Order: sequence, then structure tokens, then C-alpha cells
Amino acid sequence: MIVLDNVSHDYGGGPLFRDVSLRLEQGSFHFLTGPSGAGKSTFLKLCYGELQPSAGQVSVLGRDLGQMTRDQLAETRQRIGVVHQDCQFLDHLTVEQNVGLPLTTTGRELTESDLTDLLGWVGLGEHAKALPPTLSGGERQRASLARAVIVAPTLLLADEPTGNLDWEMSQRLLMLMVELNRMGTAIVIATHDMNLIRFAKAHVNARVLRFSGRKLQIAGAEL
Amino acid sequence: MSARAISDLVVPGSGQSNWLITLSAAAMGFLAVFALALSVTSANLARGWSASLAQTATVRISAAADEMEAQTAIVLDVLRTTPGIAEARVMVAEDQAALLEAWLGPDLPLDALPLPRLIELRETEEGPDRQGLRLRLSAEAPGAVYDDHTRWRRPLVQAAARMRAFSVFSLVLIGAVMSAIIALAASASLASNGQVIKVLRLVGAKDRFIARAFVRRISRRAALGASVGTLAACLALLTMPELQGTAHLLAGIGFQGVGWVLPLVIPVLTTALAWVASMATAFHVLRGVT
Repeated sequence: MIVLDNVSHDYGGGPLFRDVSLRLEQGSFHFLTGPSGAGKSTFLKLCYGELQPSAGQVSVLGRDLGQMTRDQLAETRQRIGVVHQDCQFLDHLTVEQNVGLPLTTTGRELTESDLTDLLGWVGLGEHAKALPPTLSGGERQRASLARAVIVAPTLLLADEPTGNLDWEMSQRLLMLMVELNRMGTAIVIATHDMNLIRFAKAHVNARVLRFSGRKLQIAGAEL
Repeated sequence: MSARAISDLVVPGSGQSNWLITLSAAAMGFLAVFALALSVTSANLARGWSASLAQTATVRISAAADEMEAQTAIVLDVLRTTPGIAEARVMVAEDQAALLEAWLGPDLPLDALPLPRLIELRETEEGPDRQGLRLRLSAEAPGAVYDDHTRWRRPLVQAAARMRAFSVFSLVLIGAVMSAIIALAASASLASNGQVIKVLRLVGAKDRFIARAFVRRISRRAALGASVGTLAACLALLTMPELQGTAHLLAGIGFQGVGWVLPLVIPVLTTALAWVASMATAFHVLRGVT
């Protein structure tokens, strides 16, 4: 699913992480933790090709991202759901149009009932016709998650998807991701929220990766 | 809402480049219709001048008054027996007065002027052997000169053809300028919508989808502008005064009958140009955006 082979990445003046080798299998569930600035967001960006590693090779869904044409990268991204930390939307489109965008770009029709169900699940049923700038931070995160899962992706990469949410909504969205995982989607969630990780471990066989000292390690049993 | 309908909306409809495209397409459409009208008119004029002069000629007889009738009879006899001459008619005094009226004024006392006698010829499609006719006339009626109007017909036709070439060149120039403006506007539109491109790429949109989203919007703007410009130019042409009965260029500038369908080509061509120019620009710009 995701294979990192001796990947290093430099950011600004110095190295962010060095010689990371990793293999995440299909249907796996991983949390990514570590202090701020350790490279969690960068790791996710490397996994969907927004950034290129300074050294090493990143393969996703069986293809080397560094060797892909723009069209091949787009095809790969059509199978990846991404929840950005800064939740990027097209501000002139409604929430439901933004959520349906991954379908629109591949020419697939939006099923009104599927959209309604999904928006209802993430608690945005009443905001379907709203424009993104009118949403709160938490609502934007939920809309971003809805957009990421609408295509039933093979891989879901989520950067702090519950950062602005209350505990009840965080649990709800996590369960949505757990359900996706049970259907075969590989999940990688970058988060600081240890409670969320503990909650997830009660429902799914989740592993925790931690950035520490410019290295990526499997976290211990203390979690 | 269908995916196609939403894909039409992914590029915001506002922005200065949108107005630039509409206005420039309107201006270029307006100018293109005039260039097209000039081209059609000059072609018609060249054809008309050629046709009206090609099968006519005159024989001018200069002779002493007492020999004029005899010379005229000889010339008419020569003309009647020359293959390629359909009709020969001696111009009467009234016809000559009408010809000279423009220069010498009305009520011309023709008797007081030493005017040559003119014989108007209508030639068959094949026409006579002009060189042979000239030789026969000079042998049998030394004062007779055959004139097939070549001297002044050729420059007129050449002038009309040149004018047509200029107007076609103007059309090409207008198309080139229009393409350049569209390309610049498309480039500006893509540059000012970096966030749109970023989000579309994030959700897996291919360059073709992104380019088409921009191109559709730009082409529609160009089509709207060109249609307005074309309509305005057609209305302007309709206000041109008609100068019937003259062969002057200004008499017929515009279109006639089914010719009015021709300006409809301008919005279609403008839209096609806009599509090609903006598509090429979009792919070029997207190649540079990571």
C-alpha cells in the first residue's frame, strides 16, 4: 500500500527526518504521532505526492510517486482520501458540491441520497448548501473528511482530523474511519490526541508510529 | 446537479480576465465583421467591374467631318464581318453628351466640339481576335481606334483584388491578436486561481479536467463577446446609406441577401480560436504548476 525506502526529507535549513523505511499494508490502521514540527504532515504529503522526498523512494498503491506523470499521480490520488489540516475548499461552491468534487473530477454522477447520508453522518446535513467560508473550523474538518471518504478510497490520509472537534464528534468520525477500515481501506491518521488513539485501539487493530529524533519508530505498548 | 454542471462551476465566474475576454472578443468581432464586409464587397466589385467591362469595347473614329460618315460605314462593315462581335452600335449625340456631362456640365453644345465618333461594341463570350481587328481597322479606316478598356480595367480589378487581400490579412491579424489576448487572459485566470488548481489536484483531477474547466468558461465569454460585437457591426452596416446605380466602393459595403449569413461565422471562429488558445495556454501553465 505505502512503501518508504530510505526516505529522507530536508526542510528549510536542515533535515526533518532521515532514512525512514516503512511498509504499510492494505487494510492496515496506523496513527502517526510525535511532537509538533517532527514531520507528521510532511510524511502524509510525501504519501500523496504533494512533496517529493530529498532522498529515497516513496511507493503508493504499487507505484513509485517520483516516477509518475501528472496524470498517473492524479489517478493515484483518485484512490486516496486526504483530510488536510488546513481544510482546502473551493470557496465559491457549496459544501455538498465540495464534498462531491472527487466524483465530479472523474465524471461520476453524485447520488443525492448518498451525499445527504454522508453529510448527515458527519453532522453537516443542515449545511449542505452553505459556502465553506461560513463554516466553523470543526465543520470544515468534517466536510473535509466527508470529501475524503466519498469515493470509498483505498487509502485514507488524515492530518489532525479531529483537532477542532468535541470528544463526541471525534468519536463519531473515528468510527466512520474504523468502518471504512473494516471494508478494506488503509488508514493513516496524524494526531496528538492520545485519547483518540486509545479509543481506536478498543475497536480496531491500530498501530502507532512515532516521529522521534528524526526517525520514525513503532511506538511501545505504553499507548 | 450533474457532475458536468458542477464541473462548469469549479472555476469562479468573477475576475478581471473574464471581462477582458468578453470586451476584447466584442471589439475584435466588431472589427472582423467590417474586414469581412470589405473583403466581400471588394470581391464583388472586382467581379462586377470585370464582368461589365470584359465583354464591351469601343471603336473611336477621328476623321474630317466630310469623311466621318464614310469611315463609320467602313468600320461598321468591318465589325459586322468580324467573328466575336455580337453587336455594334453608333453612339448617338445624347449618349455622348451624357458621358461628358460629368466633366463639362449639362446642355453641352456637341456641335461646337470636335468630338470623335464612338461605336459601342458588345462582344461574344469568346471575343474577337483583338490584334487582327486592330490591324484590319488601321488598314481599312486609318482614323479608327479599337479600345477594349484594358488600360483602365486592369488597374481597377487589381485595386479591388489588393483591397480584398488587405481585408483578408486584416481578418488574420484580428484572429492573431484575439488569440494572443485570450492566451494572456487565460494565463492570468489560471494564475489568479492557484487555490482552485491546488484543490482540484488534491482530489485527483487530471490536467485535462482542470484545463477544460477554464477553457469552457473562457470560450463562453469569447462567444458572448464576439456575438455582441458581430451584432453591433451588422447593425452599423445596415445604417450605411445606399448609393444605388454607382460602382463606387461605398455603394455596396456590407452584405447582400444570403451573404448576411457570413458574419455568423465570426462568433463561431472566435469561439474556436478561444478554445484552442486557452487550451494550449492552460496545458502550458499547468505543466509548470506542481
